[in-house]
Amino acid sequence: MTPSLHHDVDPKATRLAADFPILQHPTSRGKRLVYLDSAATSQKPQAVIDALVEYYTRYNANIHRGVYEIAARATDAFEGARAKVAAFVNAEAPELIWTRNTTEAINLVAYSWAANNLGPGDAILTTELEHHSDLVPWQLVAENTGAQLRFIPVDERGLLVLDDLDRLLEGCKLVATSHVSNTLGTIVPLDVIIPGAHAAGALVLVDGAQGAPHLPVDVKALDVDFYAFSGHKMLGPTGIGALYGKRALLEAMPPFLAGGDMIRKVEYEKTTFNELPWKFEAGTSNIADAIGFGAAVDYLRDVGMDWVRAHERRLCTYALERLSAFEPRGLAIYGPRDPDLISGAISFNFADIHAHDLASILDIEGICVRAGHHCTMPLMNKMGWVATARASFYIYNTEADVDALADGLEKAAAVFKL
Amino acid sequence: MDDFYRDYILDHYRNPRNYGHLDRVDAKAEDLNPLCGDTISMELQVDDGKVSDVRFSGKGCAISQASASMLTEEIKGMKLEDVARLDKAVVLDNVGIGISPTRMKCAMLGLRVLKSAAIGEIAGWPDED
Repeated sequence: MTPSLHHDVDPKATRLAADFPILQHPTSRGKRLVYLDSAATSQKPQAVIDALVEYYTRYNANIHRGVYEIAARATDAFEGARAKVAAFVNAEAPELIWTRNTTEAINLVAYSWAANNLGPGDAILTTELEHHSDLVPWQLVAENTGAQLRFIPVDERGLLVLDDLDRLLEGCKLVATSHVSNTLGTIVPLDVIIPGAHAAGALVLVDGAQGAPHLPVDVKALDVDFYAFSGHKMLGPTGIGALYGKRALLEAMPPFLAGGDMIRKVEYEKTTFNELPWKFEAGTSNIADAIGFGAAVDYLRDVGMDWVRAHERRLCTYALERLSAFEPRGLAIYGPRDPDLISGAISFNFADIHAHDLASILDIEGICVRAGHHCTMPLMNKMGWVATARASFYIYNTEADVDALADGLEKAAAVFKL
Repeated sequence: MDDFYRDYILDHYRNPRNYGHLDRVDAKAEDLNPLCGDTISMELQVDDGKVSDVRFSGKGCAISQASASMLTEEIKGMKLEDVARLDKAVVLDNVGIGISPTRMKCAMLGLRVLKSAAIGEIAGWPDED
């Protein structure tokens, strides 16, 4: 067995890891938990858990209607969280709509904007990298409106091929692209795609599920029209996500869901809808988790998104170095090999070990990696991969976790007699 | 799971028995594990109500492929109605103990497809019966 290299560890990452209770508990086999699946969902710091407990134990009440003290406090915390999450991506609070997650945010745009603005002769342009949640809604819109669905191709390294972008944008009314590929970690060149789309008269929706947690995001500087992201992938609770939309677009869009809280005046025959952002928030919202999402962005703001990016770039560099040492024994690394072009995730396979077997063997060692198609079945088919293993990183990971992964790969090689 | 990947499992994974296709197919079925995308198809030749030959094909993990391979060795000569009545015990006997709950579907995929071929419609998951 190759000894661990024990690369220098940034003391800040070690300090941050101490804020995550789950990382302090050993696995059922007594191993240190090495969590390398943050692209699926991130772990939660104590501050986020405390925010949830505080709400439920001290001021649980419905919002926007109660006249009593704890209802007012709940409303302030809920709307305060909106302001924090909006500011985190440099948006104004009325432009930030709470959703369950990125998927629901994308569907909101698909049903409220795309279904009402697209028809035969129009086109939607997406990419071959997309997660199913930024593909299937557009397949349905295309089917229902007669619009054409087109794809920016991906090359064998996992990078988008933008040579034909102008031609692909002809007649296009909407471009839907991820910010970062969840499978390969590829950072999509939004600085090329967004101006190109606007010059062609198309709006741009960005699936930021893997972008907002890992990269500094400024929706104004990007000039993006819609940006969708999830709380649970960026230290927040599950069940809460957000859609940023340019105010003029959101104001012109009809409501997505109808019911309470999204109304101003209701008569038996007709209804006047509430103003932004509540027009899109029918029914009692996920109050506790919105407040938890606010606590998560407070935490990330204190950490600093520039540090997050630099830390993950350093970890990816080290992981690529450790993984490449296994290449002579049949390990294949997928996606761009340049740490400047990826964010936080590396996909790979090891010789003839199926990704699920590899994940099971790593699990015995306390190492959590994702194995499978990563909800990108068309990309997997195009690349000819049945399944891949994916290690993904976040602020609480250190070089010691990468060393543990390398040790786990040695174990897998021994089990499979490679 | 620590000792799950024993030599004979790896042998069936790397050298699957009865792998491929039959010239004459009297019953067949295929399915995939939606959780991981593993696929198995089974083809049976039936004479006098008994399985006279079998082939399987598919892609997937060592557990699903080795489990299917071992099943094909057991059912040659077996009455079709007995194949239809096989339960999870046959798989657990083959692959041994220690399979984790998250991988149970991998182990059972081959049996589910085999039973589907035998009864002529999609069978349930043997581990849920």
